[in-house]
Amino acid sequence: MNKKSTTSPPAEKTGFSLKQRLAEFFADLYKVHLFVLRFFKEAFLPPFEFKEIVRQCFEVGVRSFTLITVTGFIVGLIFTKQSRPSLSEFGATSWLPSLVSIAIMRALAPLVTALIASGKVGSSIGAELGSMRVTEQIDAMEVSGTKPFKYLVCTRVIATTVTIPILASYTAFIALLGAYLNVNQNEGTSYTTFMEQVFEPLTFLDFTASLIKSVVFGFTIGIVGCYQGYYSTKGTEGVGKAANGAVVTAMFIVFIEEIIIVQIIGNFR
Amino acid sequence: MEKAKAHIDHKKKVISIHGLEKSFEDYAVLRGIDLDLYQGENLVVLGRSGTGKSVLIKLISGLLKPDRGTIEVLGQNVANISEKELQELRIRIGFSFQSSALYDSMTVRKNLEFPLVRNRKNITREEIDTEVEKVLDAVGLSQTINQMPAELSGGQRKRIGIARTLILNPEIMLYDEPTAGLDPITCIEINDLINEVQQKYDTSSIIITHDLTCAKSTGDRIAMLLDGKFQRVGTFDEVFNTDDDRVKPFFDYNFIQ
Repeated sequence: MNKKSTTSPPAEKTGFSLKQRLAEFFADLYKVHLFVLRFFKEAFLPPFEFKEIVRQCFEVGVRSFTLITVTGFIVGLIFTKQSRPSLSEFGATSWLPSLVSIAIMRALAPLVTALIASGKVGSSIGAELGSMRVTEQIDAMEVSGTKPFKYLVCTRVIATTVTIPILASYTAFIALLGAYLNVNQNEGTSYTTFMEQVFEPLTFLDFTASLIKSVVFGFTIGIVGCYQGYYSTKGTEGVGKAANGAVVTAMFIVFIEEIIIVQIIGNFR
Repeated sequence: MEKAKAHIDHKKKVISIHGLEKSFEDYAVLRGIDLDLYQGENLVVLGRSGTGKSVLIKLISGLLKPDRGTIEVLGQNVANISEKELQELRIRIGFSFQSSALYDSMTVRKNLEFPLVRNRKNITREEIDTEVEKVLDAVGLSQTINQMPAELSGGQRKRIGIARTLILNPEIMLYDEPTAGLDPITCIEINDLINEVQQKYDTSSIIITHDLTCAKSTGDRIAMLLDGKFQRVGTFDEVFNTDDDRVKPFFDYNFIQ
């Protein structure tokens, strides 16, 4: 097979040119933008894959449940334990439940859930779709007149967007349980008193902000995992890259979103 | 099994390709392909690995876009139709992948049901079961209905892949390397199945292969793809009755029964 002649300079061919890298970055950004738009276009049009959405919600929940339970409990317990010395210096250990509840509800529960889900769910989605891409299963769906994007991408993104807020609420509950055990052991505070002090400083805005964050994080984890897997190439190596890319990119974006949302919510306080 | 005489309608073209070109970056894979497939015909596209045989059928099914040229499938230009029209057209085309491409998270039954329930509105449970049993019976694998793809042999996977395309009653079948990686006996079984599909389902097919046994036993016509173009087109004997150094080794190094 003959090759067409090319006049590209060596720097461009090997991919070290800054110009080429920038071009690739913006091309990728444009592709992501189209992917997100396509999701909104297809997710709200029939036919709706309800069965698959429910199955994916179950998958997302089950995949992360154990890890979230353990992590949430440890986070609540350790955070309380580590905060006590500072508060006891001012004789303010009675504020522990309030401090812990603010930290958990405003930041820790959505963030910890999102980070765990990025690792467990994001990587799994990336690997699963990546493997389907390289084994031509997605092509097979396409040529049989079905809509793989709707069946594979929309269902997973909806599932993560719906399930991660539920998991975040569960994380908050488990973390508060960890905190209560520590407070009860050290200060002998009763469960009722602890819960009263937990809910006292929390406002409607705290719950809303936590919910909004979880929804945004869930959407991000789903869309990043699906994007990495759906456009996976280069065989098994590509599957590994898709799984890895799904975790790293989702975690990075989750942190950026956390900063932005905290800034925006801060304006309403 | 001897190939039965096909009922080819030479007046009716189901696929008509003109001046088709496709490159990947600086690689020109197809360089001006012209091809017609007639109603009821099995056309075998022969060529070495990397000559663009699979690219050709991916272009026909709309999985890839051509750089130049036209591809008319059942009267529609694949490159210029809307997404919705392409989706409707694809229901009339069956595509059997080299890797079988079975959905590995679904049982054989679910694999077969998947395209059916999404393309036939208001289909009842009984109708789905009947269709599934019918195609499984056609490929001789009724006993595998509740098995997962991982539990099937290579030949069984190919058959189920073909069954999944047959469930939509396609008018055109595209086979990508149907005998690749299979033992000689299974290859013969797959070749027979391709001929049975042609007869039973009245399909017109393009069979991509580099297996001359498959080409000889399934093809009504052979097209030899070399250097991005069809260099020789005709019956098996017409194609290989040549001193062309690019074609002869292909014949000489293959085992023909």
